[in-house]
Amino acid sequence: MNKKSYKSPIVMFIYIVFLMLPIYWLLNMSFKTNVEILGTFSMFPNKFTLHNYVTIFTDPGWYMGYINSMSYVVINVIISLAVALPAAYAFSRYTFMGDKHLFFWLLTNRMAPPAVFALPFFQLYSSIGLFDTYWAVALAHTLFNVPLSVWILEGFMRGVPKEIDETAYIDGYSFFKFFRKIFMPLIASGIGVTAFFCFMFSWVELLLSRTLTSVNAKSIGATMTRTVSATGIDWGVLAAAGILTIVPGILVIYFVRNHIAKGFALGRV
Amino acid sequence: MNKTVNQKAWFLVLPVFLLVAFSAVIPLMTVINYSVQDTFGNNVFSWVGLDWFEEIIHSQRMHESLGRQAMLTTIILLIEVPFGIFIALNMPKKGFWASFCLVVIALPLLIPWNVVGTIWQIFGRKDIGLLGHTLASMGIEYNYAQDVLSAWITIVVMDVWHWTSLIVLLCYAGLQSIPDAYYQAAKIDQASRWSVFRYIELPKMSGVLLIAILLRFMDSFMIYSEPFVLTGGGPGNSTTFLSIDLVNMALGQFDLGPASAYSLMYFLVVLLVSWVFFTVMTSIDKKGAV
Repeated sequence: MNKKSYKSPIVMFIYIVFLMLPIYWLLNMSFKTNVEILGTFSMFPNKFTLHNYVTIFTDPGWYMGYINSMSYVVINVIISLAVALPAAYAFSRYTFMGDKHLFFWLLTNRMAPPAVFALPFFQLYSSIGLFDTYWAVALAHTLFNVPLSVWILEGFMRGVPKEIDETAYIDGYSFFKFFRKIFMPLIASGIGVTAFFCFMFSWVELLLSRTLTSVNAKSIGATMTRTVSATGIDWGVLAAAGILTIVPGILVIYFVRNHIAKGFALGRV
Repeated sequence: MNKTVNQKAWFLVLPVFLLVAFSAVIPLMTVINYSVQDTFGNNVFSWVGLDWFEEIIHSQRMHESLGRQAMLTTIILLIEVPFGIFIALNMPKKGFWASFCLVVIALPLLIPWNVVGTIWQIFGRKDIGLLGHTLASMGIEYNYAQDVLSAWITIVVMDVWHWTSLIVLLCYAGLQSIPDAYYQAAKIDQASRWSVFRYIELPKMSGVLLIAILLRFMDSFMIYSEPFVLTGGGPGNSTTFLSIDLVNMALGQFDLGPASAYSLMYFLVVLLVSWVFFTVMTSIDKKGAV
């Protein structure tokens, strides 16, 4: 009795088809004209067209959405990593007054529903004049991304033996030199994974980014949910826009495939 | 790892502390402030004590949203957890196909939540969607925009599509950590498939499974974007979950007092579950990495 015999490729196959079918349908639609989408029904585009993508890349109303989203996501990743790295080091190496409470408090912010924060954030960022800027969304998303980064990084850092720190200090390294020259290269994969997860959770979030922007920093999610025009919904362009939001994930997913579970489980797998 | 006591470590944590205090404490103070006051505009506020809390606790609207939310979360967990475990057991262990499956099943997790809504909005439509069209041509009544049952089924299927992979990935990670010797011992004992699962696999992945369940519970409890795009809370109010209801109240009608009281009670539930989560995490940490 071989344990491999328990595994059925058919189950995996069906599951993957179930996952891919809706995405395939979106992809299929993005290559069709609106006339074809509404008129005929086919598994493949009859008249293959890139028109929908051309529309997105030439209309500032569309492509600015991607640029805006990218901007706040990148700012957010940089802020989150910059503050989370030293904090995660502290949590993984030292005990100090209130460390457990602080660690728990961080977790509650990862779990907090954005809906609770939408209204106060709107007022807070309006009152300090950041409403409708990249900074508002980037800072708002630190609410869940900083706790996430601290937790994931701490999970990676605890895997590095403490003797390395001590040896480096004995050899005369200062804290900053040690951290930059020795410690960061050791947890490079952890930093990469954390950056990926910050990127992703900021990229997929809709409610806060939509509430905190109106015109200048409007995110792609907000653009997509407001596409109903006088002539109805432009399905082809909407499908193309959806496909383009999936692309960043596809580009990097291969490199983090072995750490996906770890990232989602806050570094605890 | 035994840690040393070092109060100076606070300086390393300080940036995080200040940043999170800025984006969590200030907003929460605003909410608390509004929850005990009433306003007639012009920034004139009057103290109303706990009136808003009483109103919300007794309001039909909150009860219904909470009921719908509880029902959705229960259904989702009941489907996704066994299904996820089942898929994880069928994942290839190593080699090219393992990587391939990992990448492909993780894909739905990386799609923006509003796009998930859009995908299913299109997929389920009778005129242009594959699912809707197929069902219609088989003569099945299905219209998620008008029929309550259809809307619910679509949302549940959408969530299963979106999030089962998370449970699969976590359980798979747990299964990977089981040494081959365990399986060999089971083979010698001629253990049945069920007992291998019950006495080897399940205990070994119980830690990660618990994390997965709690994460799914929390995330489904704050679901907003997907149903918002798909059904907008309708038909009627039948898919208005807690977050949608709260956003309507706070940003749609701008009822600051009731919305804040609502927020605080919502947040309290979250706090409670977070605490359970934290306890689980720390007990797993003590036992050693899974």
